[in-house]
Amino acid sequence: MTDSDSGKDSGDSDMSKQNAAQPSTNDSPKRDTTSLVKATLARRYAAEKRFKFYGIFAIAASLAFLVVLLTSIFIKGWPAFTHAYVKMNMTLDADTLGLSENPTSQELRAANFSGLIKESLRERFPDVTKRKAKKELYQLISSSGEYQLYNMVKDNPEIVGTTIETWLPADDELAAVLKSGDDLSNPESIVTRMSDQQIGFAKTLKDAGETQTRFNKVFFTNGDSREPEQAGIKAALIGSALTLLVTFILSFPIAVAAAIYLEEFAPQNKWTDIVEVNINNLAAVPSIVFGLLGLAVFINFFHLPRSAPVVGGIVLSLMTLPTIIIASRAALKAVPPSIREAARGLGASEQQVVWHHVLPLAMPGILTGTIIGLAQALGETAPLLMIGMVAFIVDIPAGFTDAATVLPVQVFLWADSPERGFVEKTSAAIIVLLGFLILMNAVAVLLRKRFERRW
Amino acid sequence: MSTTTILLVAVCLAFVSFVMGRQKAYRIAGSSGGVNQLHSLPGHYGLMVGLWCALPALAIIIGWKLFEGPIVSSLLDNSVPLAILEQGDKRIELYKNEINNLAASGNITADPDPAKKQAATHLNTLRSYSSVALFLFSIAVAIIGAALAYRKIKLKTRARPIVERIIEFFLLASALIAILTTVGIVFSVFFEAMRFFSQVSVIEFITGTKWSPQTAIRVDQAGSSGSFGAIPLFLGTLLISAIAMIVAVPFGLMSAIYLAEYASPRTRAIVKPLLEILAGIPTVVYGFFAALTVAPLIRNLGEHIGLSVSSESALAAGTVMGIMIIPFVSSLSDDVITAVPQAMRDGSSGLGATKSETVRKVVFPAALPGIVGGVLLAASRAIGETMIVVMAAGLAANLTINPLEAVTTVTVQIVTLLTGDQEFDSAKTLAAFALGLLLFITTLILNVIALRVVRKYREQYD
Repeated sequence: MTDSDSGKDSGDSDMSKQNAAQPSTNDSPKRDTTSLVKATLARRYAAEKRFKFYGIFAIAASLAFLVVLLTSIFIKGWPAFTHAYVKMNMTLDADTLGLSENPTSQELRAANFSGLIKESLRERFPDVTKRKAKKELYQLISSSGEYQLYNMVKDNPEIVGTTIETWLPADDELAAVLKSGDDLSNPESIVTRMSDQQIGFAKTLKDAGETQTRFNKVFFTNGDSREPEQAGIKAALIGSALTLLVTFILSFPIAVAAAIYLEEFAPQNKWTDIVEVNINNLAAVPSIVFGLLGLAVFINFFHLPRSAPVVGGIVLSLMTLPTIIIASRAALKAVPPSIREAARGLGASEQQVVWHHVLPLAMPGILTGTIIGLAQALGETAPLLMIGMVAFIVDIPAGFTDAATVLPVQVFLWADSPERGFVEKTSAAIIVLLGFLILMNAVAVLLRKRFERRW
Repeated sequence: MSTTTILLVAVCLAFVSFVMGRQKAYRIAGSSGGVNQLHSLPGHYGLMVGLWCALPALAIIIGWKLFEGPIVSSLLDNSVPLAILEQGDKRIELYKNEINNLAASGNITADPDPAKKQAATHLNTLRSYSSVALFLFSIAVAIIGAALAYRKIKLKTRARPIVERIIEFFLLASALIAILTTVGIVFSVFFEAMRFFSQVSVIEFITGTKWSPQTAIRVDQAGSSGSFGAIPLFLGTLLISAIAMIVAVPFGLMSAIYLAEYASPRTRAIVKPLLEILAGIPTVVYGFFAALTVAPLIRNLGEHIGLSVSSESALAAGTVMGIMIIPFVSSLSDDVITAVPQAMRDGSSGLGATKSETVRKVVFPAALPGIVGGVLLAASRAIGETMIVVMAAGLAANLTINPLEAVTTVTVQIVTLLTGDQEFDSAKTLAAFALGLLLFITTLILNVIALRVVRKYREQYD
């Protein structure tokens, strides 16, 4: 009803002006009041304007914060989606690598790839002779380059002995400088931990076209790592998916069943009231308390595995149940009684009324509520910390009982890491998380728009 | 034989019995004059058989899995060597864990200790016996259940009421899970808290002013006796929540008033969802932002005007938390403001009040109980909020109300106490449950009052 008020806004104030003005022309005893009103009118209108301004200011400030939050994370996280690579010409000399004619897998694992990279770097910069300068030179290539070479040789052993041209990932500091597009000829202007000499190397490489910025595939295909260049979110993504699947499988049927019972079958008595109050209260219990419940009951009493998606899913579904129940009840309530009466008139039993008519009509609303509840669960961190999903997970979890972590917890872990490279990784993981949340909410909105019926 | 396989077999059996039951119903109906002669629809007979097949088996599988762990673990007691038995419960627990890990590793022969090897093999045998037994038992129960129900199918069997009663029972059970969750929370947290209070007195916990939960792990360790006075935590929680409410209440309330009283329907339709985004952003994101952007900003500002600000100041965490809570305050207040009858506004306007005067003197007082309820709900959320404070507030329990210093909160302590490596029975980990109990009770009281206030107020105008 207040929506229509704003239109009347100017009308209202005109009226009060008239009310104040009219008596003044013909009604002399009220002159005092009128002049009193007139005298204060300017002040009152100023107050009105101020009040309105406060409202606009409050909204603008909140939205401004939202914009600042999102842009700051976006700016910080965007570079993580790309990584800089350095072109290297290297001879995969069997002697340098320490490989025999037909290398065993053990030999391969122990092969001296880092020595090979160092040698190639020395060949690229032949005039570097001092110990310190050499050391600085070696720092340009990320240690993950060794793994890349190892994998290349493992997949394709006949390249040993040949000269190959390959792109190796740059070290974090070098990558940051290359990606930022700073002017390398002016080392003072660059904020970095690299020395001037290293920037000189970088300039030489860049000018020769031997550096390149590419999409950072590693970020989406790796698990966690202590090295920022190698850390990825795949393990966390899979963990989130598994956890959310358990949450959905448990919470959706139970919540819908509970909503149907409370809305359609429950007798109106004290017990039903208690259940209702209970559900409302559960919706407001701090999420960390659910974590304590999970720890005490599922892990310590039932000895379910720690850090497992199945336990995380159970805890999160207990947490999202109230949300989905409340939304489902609202959707069921919105189905008009005439539908129920028509079905009963045709001889349907109470359950047939619900399963055949009311539930299908309420489904879009229920699904919307479910998706919103799951989005909440996807962003939840605190209860999962309690049940040990804070582990350092390198391997991609393969099942519901494997140790796993989830995306928000990964964000939390990376945010705690002292390495500077993790700041951009954290922001990038947040971008991915927000992307999924936006997607889920968009689906919910779409579902509501597409299927919502007004009776 | 994994649990998934057993479940799959049970589901398949249930489906087969559903089909068979339905077919029998059709057959009986066919031999006695059509489907109309049946008491219920053929599908109901199928469902009856299917449910009789699946439900008992499912109950057995769930019950088995819940109690398999403890029972197998107690059977393992015999394999624990005497030398370890003498070293007390904790060492036994550790030894069993080692055996568990060894058994799960799939490479038992790698371990040098023959006793352990034997125990791990024994454990694996026990487990495989258990799963085979479960498989045979549950499948037998499923088949017997289905057969009994199948035999009961007659022309006048009341299949529909039977099925519907089972379904209604399932619906009721689902509704009761909410109660069960509350009971679970109360009991689990309460019992662990009681164990804590048997080691540390309640009085010391509630009135003590020194919080340093580091208990000595070794007996001869120095300087960490552990003291559990929770006053600094309460004060820290209150301080941060108060800062959050100071930010959230004016901003949320003014946004709600503007949206409800001034904004055009179009503006409202755009701005409201945008504000709701603030509530949808995961708290870990706010925590990251507070720790990395807001806290340094506040510290630099403070240094600029000559104040010493801690890098984990209560102000940073509180402000960001307040912004997160704005949408709660705003949408709850919006609801109550729009519920104030239009006649009251018209009356006020008719007397010559300006719009803001109407809002301040008529609408706001009328909506006040509801707004207070909303603010209480928001406060309970602020008190229970975890990630922002874990990431942006400090760990040290300072007894201060200076918002520029680092304080710690109840939730931060729960997280730090339970995420470290600690044996489970120490006072340190149990303290987390005592704090959790306190947190639960506080937020519960706030919620109950808030919900009651809101509900009571709504009834007035409905």
